[in-house]
Amino acid sequence: MQNETLLEVSNLKTHFGSDTGFVTAVDGISFHVEEGEILGVVGESGCGKSVTAESILRLHDEKFNTMYEGEIKYKGENLLKLPLSKMENIRGNEISMIFQDPMSSLNPVYTIGNQITEALLLHQDISKKEAHNKAIELLELVGIPSPEKRITEYPHELSGGMQQRVMIAIGLACQPSLLIADEPTTALDVTIQAQILDIMLRLNKELKMGVIFITHDLGVVAEICDRVAVMYLGQIVEEARTIDLFEQPLHPYTSGLLESIPKMDGDRSKKLNVVKGSVPSLDSIPQGCRFASRCPFADELCLKEMPELRPFKDEEGSKVRCWHAEKILNERKKEHVSTD
Amino acid sequence: MSQQIEERSPLLHIEGLKKYFPVRGVFGGLGGVKGYVKAVNDISIDLYEGETYGLVGESGCGKSTAGRSILRLTEPTEGSITYNGQDILQLSGKDLQELRRDLQMVFQDPYSSLNPRKRIGKILEEPLIIQSIGDKKERIDRVMEIMEKVGMRPDHYYRFPHEFSGGQRQRFGLARALVVNPKVIICDEPVSALDVSIQSQIINLLQSLQEELNLSYLFIAHDISVVRHISDRIGVMYLGKIVEEAPTDSLFKEQLHPYTQALFSAVPLPDPKQKKERIILKGDLPSPLNPPSGCVFHTRCPFAMDICSQAEPEKKEMGKDHFVACHLYN
Repeated sequence: MQNETLLEVSNLKTHFGSDTGFVTAVDGISFHVEEGEILGVVGESGCGKSVTAESILRLHDEKFNTMYEGEIKYKGENLLKLPLSKMENIRGNEISMIFQDPMSSLNPVYTIGNQITEALLLHQDISKKEAHNKAIELLELVGIPSPEKRITEYPHELSGGMQQRVMIAIGLACQPSLLIADEPTTALDVTIQAQILDIMLRLNKELKMGVIFITHDLGVVAEICDRVAVMYLGQIVEEARTIDLFEQPLHPYTSGLLESIPKMDGDRSKKLNVVKGSVPSLDSIPQGCRFASRCPFADELCLKEMPELRPFKDEEGSKVRCWHAEKILNERKKEHVSTD
Repeated sequence: MSQQIEERSPLLHIEGLKKYFPVRGVFGGLGGVKGYVKAVNDISIDLYEGETYGLVGESGCGKSTAGRSILRLTEPTEGSITYNGQDILQLSGKDLQELRRDLQMVFQDPYSSLNPRKRIGKILEEPLIIQSIGDKKERIDRVMEIMEKVGMRPDHYYRFPHEFSGGQRQRFGLARALVVNPKVIICDEPVSALDVSIQSQIINLLQSLQEELNLSYLFIAHDISVVRHISDRIGVMYLGKIVEEAPTDSLFKEQLHPYTQALFSAVPLPDPKQKKERIILKGDLPSPLNPPSGCVFHTRCPFAMDICSQAEPEKKEMGKDHFVACHLYN
C-alpha cells in the first residue's frame, strides 16, 4: 500500500547570525515523511536535529538573523514561502510539536485545561463549553486518570510523566496530520518512558498521523520508528528502514554509535567500542567528509571532498553519505565469516 | 571471583542508613516540622575492594542522596558506615577530612561541578592543598601525572573549564577525585550527561583505572545497560529502599522483584527484531513524604496481595548472594 507523502524537505539549510558571521546549523538536509509513518531522527547533541524540527515550523524568528534556504513542502505547499499569518494556521493545527522538557514548556500560571483549550479555541470554531469537553476527552486519550478533576490543576501539581501527557494532549488537540516530537521522553524515567511510547504508538495507529520522532536514544528508535535518519554535524549521514539500519549500518558513524552502547545481554567483559575524539564545532567545519577526523576508515579522498547522500545499491530505500560504504560493508562481512 | 569476595571483609560497610529531610511550614521553622521526606530509608550495602557496586533506580528513589550521605555531604539521620574499622558517622573535623582522602566522589554534571573561574591546574591541585600533600612542585607533578592518566595533555593545565567539551570535563572531574589516591570513588551518574560515543570513552576509562589502581566504585546510575556493563553487583532502589540485590549476571538471568521486572522490561533495546513483552507500570512514584504502608511498591505492583499493604517484606536470600525484599517469596 502506497502512503501519501505528507512532508517533503529538500535541501534545507538554516543559518544563524553570530558575532563572527553566519553559522550553518542545518546544512542541506532532505527527507520525507509519509502518512501514518514514524520517522526517527537520531544524532548526538549539537548535530542539528532539534533545529531541523524547529525549522519545519519556522520557530526561529527570521527578524533576528536567522536565514532559511531550501524547500519544506507540506501537502504541496512550501512552508518557507508562506506569509507568517498563514503559518499560524499550520502551527498547532496541521503540524504540532511536543518539546523535550515538559516542565519548562507548560505555562506555570495557567491551568492545564486553559492550555489545552487555547489551541482548540484558536484553530476551531467551537464554544468554550465544547472546548472544555474536548479537553477532557483528550486528557482521557493520553491516559490521565480522573481528567475532570485534573483539568483545573496547574502544571506544578502534576508529575513529569503527567506533564508530558498534557503536552501530548495539547499537541493532539486539533488532530494534526503531522506531529513533531523533540526528545519527548528524554527527561523521563524508563518506566514512565515506556508508558509514553505506548501512548504515542497507539495514537499513531489510531489517528493515522505522521510523526517525526527526534531522539538520541537508539533503543527508543528501534522500538517505535519505521524509518530512521541519522544526523551528524548538520547533515544526514544515513537514512534507512529501522530494520535495515540496525541489521546493517552503512555509515561508519552509525555503526560506531551502535557498537558503543552497552548491551542488555551477551558478553560484558569486552571493552566498549569508542568513536574517538569529539564532534567538531560548527564554526570550524572540516572541508571534506565531516566525520573524517573521527572515522577509522578515512583516507585522503575523505579529507578532501565531501560525499553526497546517495542511494545505496544493495538495499531499497537506504541512503548513505560515505565514499567507502560498499568497501567497509564487504570488509565487515569478511570479518564476520572469519570469526564464525 | 565471587568466592574470593566472600572470604574478604568489606571495605565499606553501610548498615541501616537513613536520611530524612524535614519539611517545614511556610514560615520556615516557625510552623514546626510538618513531616519528613524519607529519601533513604534503611539501606545496607557492602562494598568490597576492587569491586563495582551499581545502584540503580529512577529519579527520586534516593540513590544520589544515599551516595552523598556516605561521604557526609548531607548528614545521614541514622545508621552506620564503617570504613577501615572506623564509623564515618562518628568522625569529625580533621579525622573526617583525612578520611575523604580515601573516599572521593565524581558528580553527574561536568558543567556545574568545575569552578568556571579557576584554571584546570588549580582545580586539580586543590584537593592536594586541602589534604596538605607535598610541596608546590610535587603537587604540580602529581597533577600532571593524573592528567595524563585520564588522557589529557599537559598544556591543558592553564586552560579554563569552558574551553572543554562535556566528555573532557568529566575526565577532569575524575582526575580531581583521583589526585589524592583514593580507595573508593562514589560515581553519581558520571556518564548520564554525555552523548553515547563520549559515554563509552568515560566508561572504558573508569574500567581501566579501576584495574590499574585497584579502585572500588559505588556506581550510581539510572541507565541499566551502563550499570550492567560496569558493575559486579547491583542493588535496585525504589522509594528509598533496596528491593533487590544480586551479582550482575544472576540479576540479568532472573529478576525476582516485580519492580525490577518492570524496570528491566521498560528499557528500550537497540534491536528492532527483538520484540518483548513490556510490563507497563500504572501510575507514578508515590511521594516519599508519605510512602505507602507495608511494601513501598504495593500501590503499583501487578501482584499485590493483602499482606503487602500491611507488613514490610523482609530481605530474603533466594540464590547465591541474590537478595529480594518481596512477600511473593515468603
